Amino acid sequence: MATVDLKDVRKVYPGGVEAVKGISIAIPDKALCVLVGPSGCGKSTLLRMIAGLETITSGECAFDGNVVNEIGPTDRDIAMVFQNYALYPHMTVYDNMAYGLRNRRTPKDEIDVRVKEAARILAIEPYLNRKPRQLSGGQRQRVAMGRAIVRKPQVFLFDEPLSNLDAKLRGQMRIEIKKLQQSLEVTSVYVTHDQVEAMTLGDILVVMNEGRAEQIDTPTAIYERPASVFVASFIGSPAMNLIEAKGAGAKGLEIANGQFIKPRNLAAPEANMEMLLGVRPEHLTVVEELNSDFIVEVAVVEALGADTLAHGQIVGGGPDIIVRLPGSRKVKPRERLPVAIQPAMAHLFDRKSGKRLD
Amino acid sequence: MAENAPPPADSGHDKLMIGQSATSIYIAHAILILGVIVVAFPIYYTFVASTHSLQTVLRPPLPLLPGPEFFNNYYEALFGGVGRIGGVPVSTLLLNTTIVALGIAIGKIIISILSAFAIVFFRFPLRMVFFWLIFITLMLPVEVRILPTYKVMVDLRMIDTYAGLIVPLIASATATLLFRQFFMTIPGELVEAARVDGAGPWRFFKDILLPLSRTNIAALFVILFIYGWTQYLWPLLVTNDNQMNTIIIAVRKMMSFADADTEWHLVMVTSIFAILPPVLVVVLMQRWFVRGLVDSEK
Repeated sequence: MATVDLKDVRKVYPGGVEAVKGISIAIPDKALCVLVGPSGCGKSTLLRMIAGLETITSGECAFDGNVVNEIGPTDRDIAMVFQNYALYPHMTVYDNMAYGLRNRRTPKDEIDVRVKEAARILAIEPYLNRKPRQLSGGQRQRVAMGRAIVRKPQVFLFDEPLSNLDAKLRGQMRIEIKKLQQSLEVTSVYVTHDQVEAMTLGDILVVMNEGRAEQIDTPTAIYERPASVFVASFIGSPAMNLIEAKGAGAKGLEIANGQFIKPRNLAAPEANMEMLLGVRPEHLTVVEELNSDFIVEVAVVEALGADTLAHGQIVGGGPDIIVRLPGSRKVKPRERLPVAIQPAMAHLFDRKSGKRLD
Repeated sequence: MAENAPPPADSGHDKLMIGQSATSIYIAHAILILGVIVVAFPIYYTFVASTHSLQTVLRPPLPLLPGPEFFNNYYEALFGGVGRIGGVPVSTLLLNTTIVALGIAIGKIIISILSAFAIVFFRFPLRMVFFWLIFITLMLPVEVRILPTYKVMVDLRMIDTYAGLIVPLIASATATLLFRQFFMTIPGELVEAARVDGAGPWRFFKDILLPLSRTNIAALFVILFIYGWTQYLWPLLVTNDNQMNTIIIAVRKMMSFADADTEWHLVMVTSIFAILPPVLVVVLMQRWFVRGLVDSEK
């Protein structure tokens, strides 16, 4: 059990590529921190630096206040779950889990107790004598987690552990990882590119882009107040509608087709400033035409059951818009939906810097 | 043709054949049988000759069936005091050849697996230079460097020793390359998992790399054992003492003795002995590494 503190951590590869450009995160004890971002954003590199598998070019990584920069992965007291499980193919499940303990000269009876306990927690007791190839993907994933649990490390590290599982299993394992982490109370860092995993698992969410942390906050705070266009479009599914707009003072915002929109929560925007208006599909409501902010002509309808997603355009050559409607609402292509932005649900970003304006 | 076993495609295989008809089966079998005869008949003939007395062997129509001298000939060859090739019995030759073949096979495997381990898993200065140096030796087999190697052996007083027979043949780029290719297929995650699990390089090698290389080692052992067993040129050069001869050299020496006295029946016995161990290794190891291939791990 430990806090993990990263201070201005940078990674420059020998070729000169800067994979991580100075990131500081303070992860409290027992928290689960999720690093999320598109591929190539440096999230895995950051995790591997915490693991000690990559050297830290500059900055500091500290567990419980002790800088561990120079300590190898063996002695950092971490356990890692890899994307492809990385189970030893020639060893039984039992040996896979026991291997790390044996290398640390843990007494045999204790190894036995710990492995059996982990197997019980993860419900893999019947497979202890099997080889990894005789297991399904989900079971292998459990073994990989078991291997991490038995060590009782200070920090758990997960490197996209669920990306090789099918959608249903991924959902189950997600819940299990959350449960497990809560009951074991081990500080964890979890890397994923899946924003659903990121939202549901994290106590702290770090949205990364091109080696930088775009925003570090709780998942809800990030969803509610994305700090930049990148975060806004990355978190949330379907992605936030981003409408190019120009400040028009008291009239509100002028959009591409010359129409004006005046979201309720916003003060009069600076005139002629180039910005992006962001509204999540779920924050658009179909209203009477009189009260509407704009009208959407539907092009494609995705009926998902619980929700209906209407993809369309603002009438008069406006930008593309997605509206999320209740599943009960039936919409047809070509239908015109007068929609209003729910109060306090509009986000404004500077188009040049991509930063949030309010 | 009592020795000619039924062709292998005899049982289950023809069921899988496409467009099978009675004629095509007959043709297929005819070809297979022909192939078996071409390969096996000389060996059978050697065996037949090894069971007759010298007189029978030398009298023109050699019988096609084994003769009555089997035990006499084999006993004489194995333990005989007969003054052939300097009075060295076949048992000594077999022992020599076994030591040499095993030495070459095991030595090569150890050297090459370790060098591949170093090249693939460690970052050290001039790593690629070393790799290419090893690679270049592919172009320099023993035959090319035979004079300098011989000189080195003489200077090191390794003529007529097992070391002299084995060491120059050990360094092997092929085996190193094979292991290198295999090691490069081992996922980086596995290496990292081992590091996180507290396994240092040596333990990683012993606990993970070696067990995973089992099938490769088995395959390589078969190839290298036969390579070592059938060495001719180098043992011929580096041994003067008949006691140090390998069986291949001995067979040759027996024949060049003097035309008239060549004891063909014993030459045949020795040939049979020369063939048996490689065959045995192939047969035994084949089962082993087919099993390895079937439950391919990774």
